[in-house]
Amino acid sequence: MFRRLEDGPAITMTWEGRPIRAQQGDSVAGALLSAGVVECRETPKSGARRGPFCMMGSCFECLVVINGMPNRQSCMVPAAEGLRVERQCGAGALALDGAPDLPGEEA
Amino acid sequence: MTASPDILVIGAGPAGMAAAVTAAEGGAEILLVDEQPSPGGQIWRSIEAAPARRRALLGEDYALGQAATAGLRAANVTCRFETTVWHLGRAAPGGLEVGLVTAGRAALLAPAQVIVATGAMERPFPIPGWTLPGVMTAGAAQGLLKSAGAAAEGAVFAGTGPLLWLVASQYRAAGLPIAAVLDTTHAAARRRALRHLPAALTRVDMLVKGWRWQRALITAGVPVISGIDRLAVEGDGRAEAVAWSTEDGRRGRIETEHVFLHQGVVPAANLTIAAGLTHDWDEGQLAWVPRLDRWGASSLEGVHVAGDGGGIAGWRAAEARGRLAALDVLRRLGRMTRQSRDDAARPWQKICTQEARIRPFLDALCRPRAAFRVPPDPATIICRCEELTRADLEPAIAVGLEGPNQLKSFSRAGMGPCQGRLCALTVQGLIAERTGRSLAAVGHYRLRPPIKPIDLAALADMEIADDAA
Repeated sequence: MFRRLEDGPAITMTWEGRPIRAQQGDSVAGALLSAGVVECRETPKSGARRGPFCMMGSCFECLVVINGMPNRQSCMVPAAEGLRVERQCGAGALALDGAPDLPGEEA
Repeated sequence: MTASPDILVIGAGPAGMAAAVTAAEGGAEILLVDEQPSPGGQIWRSIEAAPARRRALLGEDYALGQAATAGLRAANVTCRFETTVWHLGRAAPGGLEVGLVTAGRAALLAPAQVIVATGAMERPFPIPGWTLPGVMTAGAAQGLLKSAGAAAEGAVFAGTGPLLWLVASQYRAAGLPIAAVLDTTHAAARRRALRHLPAALTRVDMLVKGWRWQRALITAGVPVISGIDRLAVEGDGRAEAVAWSTEDGRRGRIETEHVFLHQGVVPAANLTIAAGLTHDWDEGQLAWVPRLDRWGASSLEGVHVAGDGGGIAGWRAAEARGRLAALDVLRRLGRMTRQSRDDAARPWQKICTQEARIRPFLDALCRPRAAFRVPPDPATIICRCEELTRADLEPAIAVGLEGPNQLKSFSRAGMGPCQGRLCALTVQGLIAERTGRSLAAVGHYRLRPPIKPIDLAALADMEIADDAA
């Protein structure tokens, strides 16, 4: 499992409703991996488990739901206090009741 | 409404930063955009925020990024980070058109000139089990080290190329136990590289550096197994072990939760291909490379390409190519005479020449094995997004779908969210292998904007610059 080589300013986010500790400067994917989460979604076709692969926005394997918005590349979204991150199962759907936060409105 | 800049630079790595700074010195109005939250590109990722201890661990080449980013911050360059370019092309009346999205807000700009400095990405490494969570690229492992100061214990590094050894040696310097380095460098490739060694000796410092990385790992007792010709990651829902064998018949299995793969980098060509730039197949680098003149000017009027996106040459060359592209763009904008451009260009051209000398040696030495470019095993996934294996794609080629675009329409290979970034080279290689044609003849995927997914809401609410309408 990934571990930190040094301590940094702490942030708290949630993964599947459970609080996880992140650091300032992390991407969401970096925060998940550092918290021991290596798989973050199920593929639309077979339901296979996948996790971050390239960490630079190329592969789209690290897709997650962030604050209700699906299909976010977790390696490209900076970690921030209070982000709600959830596993993405399948293609991802918008909940029509209770509009999700738009990406631009995240804290 | 906003106005478009004179010059839009796409990518804030060594090439993009150097281009932006040089162009700003020439008095042009510059907008520099990058997907990351801060400048540096992949090589200098998070350099502005990295604590001293992390910088020391990552080595002197990484620390050099501090001066480069400081130079950018001091220059008269407007930077827009966390910004994705999803479109580059020529609008109907003739001007350039660039689509951006920042924090869910899209914009369409019409810069007079564009410098594409989108860099490189790691070559796909399709082996059995490469989609299992816990398998990442070596570049991803290094990105985590740079941006989060995080590293995994007991990892297996597998593949070939300088980055693999660099990241493994950075792990060792951090005191992390490494399960093994599985070196896929071909014995024949070592021999073929020898004839390029005399030219490479002009950069003996780089050769020594690579040799030191390898020595340090071996001295530290890290198992280094050479001649690897087969790799498979095993696990139920996540990586649990790597099975390997060598060209001389040795085999083994190493238990690990983390496998870091790497077999070189290729130009990140999705934007340049989608923009319609002419590309040529480079058999030495086994990649599609945009056709450029010595200033980086592409086949599309107004678009230059600088850095590794125009062919892999390393960060020093990337900086120099960024400066050369900017000088040529300033000349085209009438801000520089041909003579002053040529005078200013000389030192940077010299660096390009110097840096190019080691490339044929590295390309030959680190040439990935055929079996790691196109998997022989029928059950190996080639297109990760659509979960298509070799066995899924072969029948379509057998019935005559011999172009990557026909195959795409038929099978959906390359139609997932990554838009072929992780399968294009493998699919093209498979077609070449099955049909006996050259990769140059097989061609590449036709790509179209948006080159990255964009929210419909952002498109609907797009801000169009006055001069882009």
